[in-house]
Amino acid sequence: MKIVLSLATRIATAVPSLIGVIVVTFLLARALPGDAAVYYAGSSATPESIAQVRKALGLDKPLWFQFGDYASRLAHGDLGTSLSSGQPVLHDLVARLPASMELTLCALLFAMAIGLPLGIAAATRPGKAIDHICRVIVSVGAAFPTFFVALGLVYVFYFRLGIAPEPLGRLNDTYFTVPPTVTGFYLIDTILAGDLAAFDASLAQLVLPSISLGLFALAPIARIARASMLASLSSDFCRTARAMGLSRTRIVYGYALRNAMLPVVNILGMVFSFLLGANVLVEQVFAWPGIGAYAVNAVITSDYAAVQGFVLMMAILYILLNLAVDLAVAAIDPRVRYDG
Amino acid sequence: MADLTTNLHAQSFWRDARHLATENKLTLMAAVILLLFIVLSLLAPWLIPYDPLAVDSTAALKPPSFAHLFGTDALGRDIFSRVIIATRLDIGMAIGAVFLSFVVGTATGAIAGYFGGWTDAIIGRFMDTIMAFPLFVLAMGIVAALGNSVENIVLATAIINLPFYSRFARSEVNIRRDMTFVEAARMGGNRSFRLLAFHIVPNILPTMMVQGSLNLGWAILNAAGLSFIGLGVRPPTPEWGIMVSEGASYIFSGEWWTFVFPGAALVITVFCFNLIGDGLRDMIDPRSRR
Amino acid sequence: MSVPLLQVDGLSVNFRTRSGTVKVLDDVSFSIDKGEILGIVGESGSGKSVLSYALMGLLDDNAQIKADTITFGGIDLNGPASALSAIRGRELSMIFQSPRTALNPIMKVGKQIEDVLRRHGPVSRSNAKAAAIAALARVRIPDPERRYEAYPFELSGGMCQRVMIAMALSCSPSLLIADEPTTGLDVTTQAVVMDLIRDLVRESRMSSILITHDLALAAEYCDRIAVMHAGHMVEIASARTLRSHFAHPYTRGLFAATPTADTELNDLASIPGNLPDLRLDLPPCRFLHRCDRRQADCETAPVPLQAIGTDHSVRCRYPL
Repeated sequence: MKIVLSLATRIATAVPSLIGVIVVTFLLARALPGDAAVYYAGSSATPESIAQVRKALGLDKPLWFQFGDYASRLAHGDLGTSLSSGQPVLHDLVARLPASMELTLCALLFAMAIGLPLGIAAATRPGKAIDHICRVIVSVGAAFPTFFVALGLVYVFYFRLGIAPEPLGRLNDTYFTVPPTVTGFYLIDTILAGDLAAFDASLAQLVLPSISLGLFALAPIARIARASMLASLSSDFCRTARAMGLSRTRIVYGYALRNAMLPVVNILGMVFSFLLGANVLVEQVFAWPGIGAYAVNAVITSDYAAVQGFVLMMAILYILLNLAVDLAVAAIDPRVRYDG
Repeated sequence: MADLTTNLHAQSFWRDARHLATENKLTLMAAVILLLFIVLSLLAPWLIPYDPLAVDSTAALKPPSFAHLFGTDALGRDIFSRVIIATRLDIGMAIGAVFLSFVVGTATGAIAGYFGGWTDAIIGRFMDTIMAFPLFVLAMGIVAALGNSVENIVLATAIINLPFYSRFARSEVNIRRDMTFVEAARMGGNRSFRLLAFHIVPNILPTMMVQGSLNLGWAILNAAGLSFIGLGVRPPTPEWGIMVSEGASYIFSGEWWTFVFPGAALVITVFCFNLIGDGLRDMIDPRSRR
Repeated sequence: MSVPLLQVDGLSVNFRTRSGTVKVLDDVSFSIDKGEILGIVGESGSGKSVLSYALMGLLDDNAQIKADTITFGGIDLNGPASALSAIRGRELSMIFQSPRTALNPIMKVGKQIEDVLRRHGPVSRSNAKAAAIAALARVRIPDPERRYEAYPFELSGGMCQRVMIAMALSCSPSLLIADEPTTGLDVTTQAVVMDLIRDLVRESRMSSILITHDLALAAEYCDRIAVMHAGHMVEIASARTLRSHFAHPYTRGLFAATPTADTELNDLASIPGNLPDLRLDLPPCRFLHRCDRRQADCETAPVPLQAIGTDHSVRCRYPL
């Protein structure tokens, strides 16, 4: 009961963030350079048509009224219509979201799979080769811009070595059939469709973008894993465990690691912020049909409803991911679980 | 007593600085390289062999040679000259953004930490709202809304960094609010703002500045990322992010030099900033030293 | 006299640090008989905790440990670490100060005791739980079944120290080292914890080393007391002898600085000077510069720990 209650309070803390996000996206749209009505009326506008557009968009109403209007349209899932695609923005975003999510999750998986063991190995063997390797990777990884890494990988593995497939999207549909959408994740949908060739192909398409994106997240994960593991290993309770004669494996993995996971899980919030942002850059390089590429196109063509919808959706996604991080922390740490 | 401690601090500061310069050669090297970059870019008008904007269709997409150290781009512009001249803009944008968020963040954080209560709650809520966005996405939104210009890139980068400075300053001021030296200054009849500005804030500046130096590399990456996707800096202005983006089109024809050199300049600069930031942090907080 | 349970001869520990080698322990020798409680007393920095850590093999890699002999229950511990790791937690156990941080914060205390039990013997899962609850009951924790499920943050400091004791004694060791076990506990709890340790040690005919900065506490609970100063063991004697016939000027200083029932606060004397910097070259007597009895030859001639009575040794050329 106590746990349920503390979960509920945790979820409730996301509400002010959500309200803040809605206000900011509203204000961003109002901060458009020049008169929004002039913009929406198009280039061949007359003063009359501008006035008409202004009335139609409700821009002649007071600001608080406009906000209420915006909020109620949001509540109905109406994010406006994209100028460039002519489709509702929500429809566009939802159609493209799985591509971005699949890429982001693969990148996170890659970053965790490399970063965690690396940080742990470095902390358990301080001063040894692996520790130095870890430190080099951490400081170098933090200095490489995602887009540059992405281009470098494409140049080497696609253009020079010819190992990687052409960096154009999720699946080359002249050779493979795009699986029917179930989850929207090609890796899952191709298997559901029983098309292993398409699975291999979409996996191959995913490798380079996931690594480019993941490298950026690897540095903070490895750094925190190493630091918290070091702190954990030199903690009083690990000293106790050693005094009680527990085996080194038990001390490192049963005692130190579980405690060291708390800071690592906590930093994942920050890592998601990196990943969702850098996603935009990587999608740009690999012509990935996700919401990042959509947003870049929207920004360049001044498709404001689409930009606004994109920022809002990313923020909501991020709030949800942070909530998931909080719940994961509560699952590991009894102190958080019971304190609420 | 206070004199003695400050004196000790100063002594240990210089000892640490010397120690870093001798022991931590990496930090020193980073500082030297960075200084070289900055000097080069300041002297650039006299150093660079070509006009960074001069188009020469006869020399388009030439690989690196003695005539063009870093080769030429699709319009025949000399990439070496463009990379050197871009240093100013890239480092300038980063310093501008960090300076802005440093000043505003320290001020708001100090006020929140000192006065507490409603002031604190409002400032805190504002910072939380910024943090509720994936930061690069918020920066994109800000630039898209305010307009596509270099100033707005700087502003956007400053805004997304603001919460870090503000929260940090808040907690530092909070710790010091009730310390003896503040109490003494308060008894001496100092008004709140005066107290904050002249007694508390100077005390937190060193740690805040380390934060700033750690932040510079990230600010460059952020600004370059924005211009990579076509925000802010407009062609033909030389800037590393946009140069990498322009070079990207030639990746399939193998003209690697178009994106490698500006990208490498970006990497080296960010790397140097990070190393210096780490070195400074070690100096201020020896516990993090290993 | 029978063979002592623990015999330590000529133990030295050096720490290699960035600012030079720190000679934390120098030529420390002592022994403990079966069933005996030995108090090791000294101010912070005297090396008393390092001594216990060295015995338990808990020092960091930058510590260099050298000794002529360390034997424990007939086992030579002055060699490869494997001999120590075979008995640590089973024959030789330790409890620490600040019990709340000394326990794993995210694991149920019962599970932590079980871990120790399962490590040192073939215990099935259900037996382990019963044994862990029995261990909790043994240290007089009320409602042990419920406490088994508790996390350290849900328990008071005194309760956490009892859990520590239960854990340390779960495999019935023959020597328990208690490093400042009452530091950080409130006064009434301190007495309860100390009584508990003494009773359990007496009940099961264990030996114990009590590390403390509190001479009065050691005098009350220990059979014998060793006094440490700046990495030297300066005096060792039975508690009774030490109280009435202390021979080292430093021990005198400690007694003068210890409040008893009939001293006034004003009568308490502090020992002049500070511990010497252990990174420097030190004179044979490390108390030299704080001593009012020093003679010219104290600076040069070696000062071994020498017997001046039955079970009474002192490291001073000019004892009281």
